[in-house]
Amino acid sequence: MRTRARRWMHKRLDHAGLGLLTIALAFTLAGPAAAQKKTIRSVPIGSLKIVDPIWTTAYITRNHAYMVWDTLFALDANNVPQPQMVDSWSVSDDKLSYVFKLRDGLKWHDNTPVRAADCVASLKRWAAKDGMGRALWEFTANVEATDDKTFKLVLKQPVGFVLEALGKIDSNVPFMMPERLANTDPNTQITEVIGSGPFRFVKEEFVPGSKVVYEKFEGYVPRKEPASQAAGGKVVKIDRVESTYLPDAAVATAALAKGEIDLLESPSDDLMRTLEKNPDIAIEPNDPLGYQLFVVINHLHPPFDKKEARQALLWGIKQTDFLAAIISDAKRYQACPAVFGCGGANESRLGAEPLAGYDPAKAKAMLASAGYDGRPLVVMDPADNTILHPAALVATQTLRRMGATVDLQAMDWSTLTQRRASKDPPGQVGWNLFVTNATLTGIGNPLLHTYVKNCEQAWYGWPCERRIVELTRQWALETDAGKRKQITDELQKAHLDNVSYIPLGQYRSIIAYRKELTGLIRAPSLFYWNIEKR
Amino acid sequence: MYGYVGRRILATLPVLAIVAIVIFAILHLSPGDPAAVIAGDQATPQQTAEIRSKLGLDRPLYEQFAVWLGSLLRGDLGVSIFSNQPVTRLLGQRLEPTISLTLTTTIVMVLLAVPIGVIAAWRAESWIDHAAMTLAVLGFSLPIFVVAYLLIYGLAMRLDVFPVQGYKPLSDGIGAWALHLVLPSLTLGLSFMALIARITRASVLEVLNQDYIRTARSKGLGTWQLLLHHALANAAVPIVTIIGVGVALLLGGVVVTESVFAIPGIGRLVVDAILTRDYPVIQGVLLIFSGIYVLLNLLVDVLYVVLDPRIRY
Repeated sequence: MRTRARRWMHKRLDHAGLGLLTIALAFTLAGPAAAQKKTIRSVPIGSLKIVDPIWTTAYITRNHAYMVWDTLFALDANNVPQPQMVDSWSVSDDKLSYVFKLRDGLKWHDNTPVRAADCVASLKRWAAKDGMGRALWEFTANVEATDDKTFKLVLKQPVGFVLEALGKIDSNVPFMMPERLANTDPNTQITEVIGSGPFRFVKEEFVPGSKVVYEKFEGYVPRKEPASQAAGGKVVKIDRVESTYLPDAAVATAALAKGEIDLLESPSDDLMRTLEKNPDIAIEPNDPLGYQLFVVINHLHPPFDKKEARQALLWGIKQTDFLAAIISDAKRYQACPAVFGCGGANESRLGAEPLAGYDPAKAKAMLASAGYDGRPLVVMDPADNTILHPAALVATQTLRRMGATVDLQAMDWSTLTQRRASKDPPGQVGWNLFVTNATLTGIGNPLLHTYVKNCEQAWYGWPCERRIVELTRQWALETDAGKRKQITDELQKAHLDNVSYIPLGQYRSIIAYRKELTGLIRAPSLFYWNIEKR
Repeated sequence: MYGYVGRRILATLPVLAIVAIVIFAILHLSPGDPAAVIAGDQATPQQTAEIRSKLGLDRPLYEQFAVWLGSLLRGDLGVSIFSNQPVTRLLGQRLEPTISLTLTTTIVMVLLAVPIGVIAAWRAESWIDHAAMTLAVLGFSLPIFVVAYLLIYGLAMRLDVFPVQGYKPLSDGIGAWALHLVLPSLTLGLSFMALIARITRASVLEVLNQDYIRTARSKGLGTWQLLLHHALANAAVPIVTIIGVGVALLLGGVVVTESVFAIPGIGRLVVDAILTRDYPVIQGVLLIFSGIYVLLNLLVDVLYVVLDPRIRY
């Protein structure tokens, strides 16, 4: 009996021991979990392979660069440039000389101090590549560091866009880099990712095209002002961001729903209905202005070498047909005939009657009277792009309604980017028309607009209207806001009269995230500062 | 035998040389411009041209080929146009996920397909046979991405047993590694499992009708001993051939599976490279894949000798 009792006791003790061991093990495991770093796992808008934001204008690289590098100025929520790395600045009475003083405590991720000479070298490299940078450099006589924290920009003549250029949010953004990196040839990619921004790039964990990891840079000193778009205090409230590219939209949506990831920077429009039903997920427009969709017309070949044929297109296009084909939620798009977009500082609707007054019969008659001879019109269709593919199909239908014969040619985006450069006739490698898009932060500014250059230096489609070149130059030099508005009106009229291209309205992109995240900033790029994770 | 293996290995060199020429020609003659992708959509034609020139893409095709061939002969697969990293390093980063996926899939498909095929042959024309062959036809007919979505919906979303996506390296622990490979391996393995099961059934069925099997049965051998030692062993040559073909085909299948399950393997690397026309990466990966194909064929040929002593080289 005693033996059985002892056995029973031993058994109980064994069980208790096992239980204690289990509890101890649970604590051991819970220990690191509790102390685990606060990590946001996100899916970016594309796969990051290029790390140099000056070498490329790709938005995925621009977004990555905002994590690592900082800017001298940055646009706030009202799109007004605010000092960021700059502490104070002054301009001479003749508006020719700008002096910038850097903030205290700025340092690179290798803990060396940021110097004015770094900024001068960075500006020079940026100006060799960026459109607005090149425009600024045309009027720049000299830029030099006067001491470790101060540099001076001297102009040949006053211009009205110095701060706008330094604070621009669209690619290429003038990010500040250490001098040794900024001295790299602008057409060669940098080999190191060392910035002075709020996050540090974790080189060891970078898998190009798949995964990029950032860690909070403890040495970053944020500004005191609250965060406002790209401006204000970049206060980092998490430890780490793991950004993994998931090419399959359905799988990315499922991973968000299941909590394997926290945030989708560019969720699929087709799958929004599934996510909307999930109470743990928030879906919101992120970019305050969004994108402009537009038709690119080849001005070199018939029938669109004639202005009348291009104007016929204005009457034949119904913007909402295009927008409804690419975005399911009507609240996320708006018809807008303004070349510089609606809702921005340069909005103008002058001369937009044809585009707003859809009349397919009139369009058909105009195309015929322009001498269209029934030859097939080549429409390039990037079938791998979920936004531009449906838009190309609507463009095809629009042309058919106008009595045109259409040769819709499906291809991948990469092929289109090569084909669009061809000036050959459409029957050979050339083309007549394709649809693409651009951010409003870029296209909304006359100096950043896709067709800022005309004639010899024009973007694909090669429109040529000398008046646009002259008006753009006047706009750049003008410092008075009222007079600038008048020039913007003239530019709008000139673009639509010559039909440089055709705006198809604008739409906003969305993000989807788990509600554990708060404090997301509305901006064209997703910023990870200010975000808290519960 | 050793002489044969040596000759076969030497024969891979001209094969790889032809592959290199064909790959280079196809890539560079097909449309697409990496410089335009790098410059971005908002770059001016001048900016794109500057990048093209810097990358040497505006040089004559024969010059570009000579440069690449020169590097290749020095064992250098080149540098990615986009990430600026050596192709060998990119391949190194992506090797573990692809090997893990291929290995687990091969194990899963062989362990499931061979017994299914043997049992189907043993119970030919029974309901077991019909069920096994229906499964095989289904597995072979369903596209990989459909199987992937069905498995994700059922086993990851509804039952919450496996993760939806991703890959954990072995260094994170064998449990996490295996858990993340179950769905991709099942997805990738299903169609090849069907193929192997059908061939196994046909081969074993043929052997089961032979006189020596009847003799073995009359000697009183048990069913399993009969099936495994006599039937399967003698039916092994076509099965090994199809497993070899299956493993080679797997390399093509990983492209879709890795994309769906977001596994950062070589399949994903090559798809990304094709979409952006990253020539050195595409050329490097395809050359390596071609080499693996050739070596797999050699391995299968050598295995014939092991399995059937009548075969001599």
